Amino acid sequence: MLDQTPKEIVARSGICINPLKTCQPVGALYAALGVSRCLPHSHGSQGCVSYHRTLLTRHFKEPAVASSSSFTEGASVFGGGANLKQSVKNIFDVYNPDIIAVHTTCLSETIGDDLGSFIQELDLPEGKIVVHCNTPSYVGSHVTGFGQMVAGFVKYLAKKEEKSDQIGVFPGFVNPGDIRELRRLLALMGVSAIILPDPSDVLDGPMTGAYQMFPEGGTSLREIAALGGVKRALALGLLASKEPALALKSKCGVETDLCPQPMGVANTDAFLMRLSAISGQPIARELELERGRLLDLMLDANQYYYQKKVAIFGDPDTVIGLTTMALELGLTPKYLATGTPWEGFVTEVKTILGQYDALEGTRVKAGTDFFELHQWIKNEPVDLLIGTSYGKQIAKAEDIPMVRAGFPILDRYGHAHHPLIGYEGARRLAELTLGALMDRYDRDCADEDLDVVL
Amino acid sequence: MDFKSAVLGRYNARIYKSRKDHILEVKAGEDQKIAANTRAVPGLMTNRGCCYAGCKGVVVGPLKDTCVITHGPIGCGFYSWGTRRNKARPDADGNNYIQYCFSTDMQEPDIVFGGEKKLKKAIDEIMAIFKPKRIMICSTCPVGLIGDDIHAVANQVEKDYGVTCVAFSCEGYKGVSQSAGHHIANNGLMRRVIGTDDSGSLGQHTINLLGEYNIGGDGWETERLLRAIGYQVVAVFTGDGSVADIARSHRADINLVQCHRSINYVAEMMKTAFGINWLKVNFIGLKAIAQSLRDLATFFGDPVLIERTEEVIAEELAAVTPDVEYYRSRLSGRTAALFVGGSRSHHYQDLLADFGVETVLAGYEFAHRDDYEGREVIPDIKEDADSKNIENLVVEPDRRYRAFLTPERYQELKETIGLEEYAGLIRGMANGGWVVDDLNHFETEEMIRLLKPDVFFSGVKDKYVAQKAGVVCRQLHSYDYSGPYSGYRGAVNFGRDVTMGLFAPAWKLVTPPWLEAKNA
Repeated sequence: MLDQTPKEIVARSGICINPLKTCQPVGALYAALGVSRCLPHSHGSQGCVSYHRTLLTRHFKEPAVASSSSFTEGASVFGGGANLKQSVKNIFDVYNPDIIAVHTTCLSETIGDDLGSFIQELDLPEGKIVVHCNTPSYVGSHVTGFGQMVAGFVKYLAKKEEKSDQIGVFPGFVNPGDIRELRRLLALMGVSAIILPDPSDVLDGPMTGAYQMFPEGGTSLREIAALGGVKRALALGLLASKEPALALKSKCGVETDLCPQPMGVANTDAFLMRLSAISGQPIARELELERGRLLDLMLDANQYYYQKKVAIFGDPDTVIGLTTMALELGLTPKYLATGTPWEGFVTEVKTILGQYDALEGTRVKAGTDFFELHQWIKNEPVDLLIGTSYGKQIAKAEDIPMVRAGFPILDRYGHAHHPLIGYEGARRLAELTLGALMDRYDRDCADEDLDVVL
Repeated sequence: MDFKSAVLGRYNARIYKSRKDHILEVKAGEDQKIAANTRAVPGLMTNRGCCYAGCKGVVVGPLKDTCVITHGPIGCGFYSWGTRRNKARPDADGNNYIQYCFSTDMQEPDIVFGGEKKLKKAIDEIMAIFKPKRIMICSTCPVGLIGDDIHAVANQVEKDYGVTCVAFSCEGYKGVSQSAGHHIANNGLMRRVIGTDDSGSLGQHTINLLGEYNIGGDGWETERLLRAIGYQVVAVFTGDGSVADIARSHRADINLVQCHRSINYVAEMMKTAFGINWLKVNFIGLKAIAQSLRDLATFFGDPVLIERTEEVIAEELAAVTPDVEYYRSRLSGRTAALFVGGSRSHHYQDLLADFGVETVLAGYEFAHRDDYEGREVIPDIKEDADSKNIENLVVEPDRRYRAFLTPERYQELKETIGLEEYAGLIRGMANGGWVVDDLNHFETEEMIRLLKPDVFFSGVKDKYVAQKAGVVCRQLHSYDYSGPYSGYRGAVNFGRDVTMGLFAPAWKLVTPPWLEAKNA
């Protein structure tokens, strides 16, 4: 496995080998699926949306619907306005969503299609809506594409004149399982919130024997409008929710707190205290007990985590959250890597490492790839990998146990159902990590060293 | 109301006009015409991919001795990284690049100021790290739009490093589906790779396996059978394949064509240039395998091969018969729908028939009329604005042209074993079956509702649509981490996989007992 990867590191600026990110449009598509009765639409060649639907389907094990402007060579030369017009008519005729969320691609961006004016010129059926965002594939990554689409919904649909007693929450690029956990935390804290987007019930739908193209789920258009009048908003995920937070502030003047994903103890504590400050209610007793149970597990098992070196890789917001959690468990984060080109990642992670006096011997890098991560590991190995599916190649090549977390997880089932956020998410990660480390010990140890008691 | 009227009745006038000739009911004994290889309707959720997907994703990507670089923003390279399950083992030099994804990861300045410099830099870095002997470059949409000359870069690389470097202008917007990319890849292989190595001797009874991508190990199972009979496999296009092998492929005695759509251009060009006859084969399905092996033995006409062929068929069949019989007992009487790529929707009907499963609907994602109606319609296929843009490479007889057969024998084999013929999908189907080209999401839902197949064979984008509706779906692009399905052993794997899907205990638990009682 990966036998051609040498130990010697050659500086690269031209070739990306084994990417640790993908392109903006797929993130936009995912975000749009979290809006009620919304059909995401890719303005470009049909290959893009075919790849994106495939990736999302493989991650969620659920249908991921989206349409395409199906550019041909002619459209690429003369512009895609006619294709969009035809698409919109056909989509409302055949699939009848309430809203179409258009995102651009490198193709339509390179030829300079002006989506804003295309959309203004559309003749839409009564009550139907089309929104858009710009997601050229040669900028950012799937994470920023996600943020662009959420911001797009806000720019088009949030209304300042709405007044709401709720708060707004941008959950960031997380799984339906995280959204469910978020709802539970909000409910326990007595906070009523509008969450945008909300892919739960859309991308973790139940098996009933009846397929629904638009499942009952997703943020409603009424809720998006009301976001403009919320008393305050929380934007979770420093990168994924940055654009939505800016959009809500600039369009509707809503004050928004941009915070890290509530992954790990301290981040969850901070998140709950923020909710407490907003609602004026104390932290729920149930959450205190839950926190206690998590800490109980962490302390009971701490000897097995102690100084185990770990490489964490994936999207910036996830890796930032998981780094905190890893440090709290007593692991030694060694390599922290994301493919997304965002230097804020490095600053954030280094700050966290600094707080634990754990900067020495670490490598923190944005805009990197699996190939470089593998080379680091070849030079100085780690005991554990935490990250996304393609990491399994390195896990196999170097015989390192791996815990799957983040996006995408293509080769296992169930991950999208479970949270990484909150005390529950931390408890799950603690358990998965412990299982991976101890399974490895049991597998590798001599027969006489195998015990059934701890 | 029949399936076609029900579907078309829901379309607006424009979609109706575009779709009406892509759906037909099979009338046995009639020559039927279907529309294919035309533009997808914007907004209708097609399953089709793009030109890049056909070139890099399907044909070029599996070459294991080659660093295949995607020149473009990151997505295209990422999505085509290890996602087709074409297996490969390291080549003679110990190289296996298909585990790697190489992308120039173009950023905004590269789009504004041109990406050639970055591409050259990328290749310099690849040479420094891997020192490969072969590099291929595949373009994505923006590369064509901004006018990067990837062919000039490839020429420069060959001069600088003395390696083979082939560029493919397979921008996603070209053509109407993956099919354009297949053609572009075929042209590139023909122009730059096939016929470039005349060294060494190949031995007797040499064959190339065309259009076999070794998904789930299919190619290996097929090769095992061929070797057991006594054939030498020179090159496989392109599953577990290598440029080194393909360079020598012009010296083989015959080309076997498995996936017709993606590779028929190479078969035809090798016929013209090198005199190599081609034979359409199908190693999916017990009767189909035996027929293909017998046709191949007939081609060579060697009594030893003919005898050995019968021995191998008998041995292999005997070994799998108990399992096949068991799965047949579980599956017989069921119905299936198939919507896959180039030839699979045809091939798997043979295998399903072995298990007593009837095909009620079949369609291709990106086929042309000849894949449906048979190759004799090729002269009647009109070029349109989209197909005109794909180069039709015309080759001349090469100095190494070698006719394996006498003209008389060639004529005889054309009639007896269908040499260089392909009858298409429609003729293989029973009366009353449906054929749908470029089946879209809406039509898939309607198909499930109206035709109620027991199993749907398609890709992952459809899989959970069908399963949510209570219909088992097996992926025939990637085999759901299973396979091989080719050959005799593959048939057993397939029977097992379909059986486990249909009889999964959880199907019976879907409706809660309290609702069952209420419904009853």
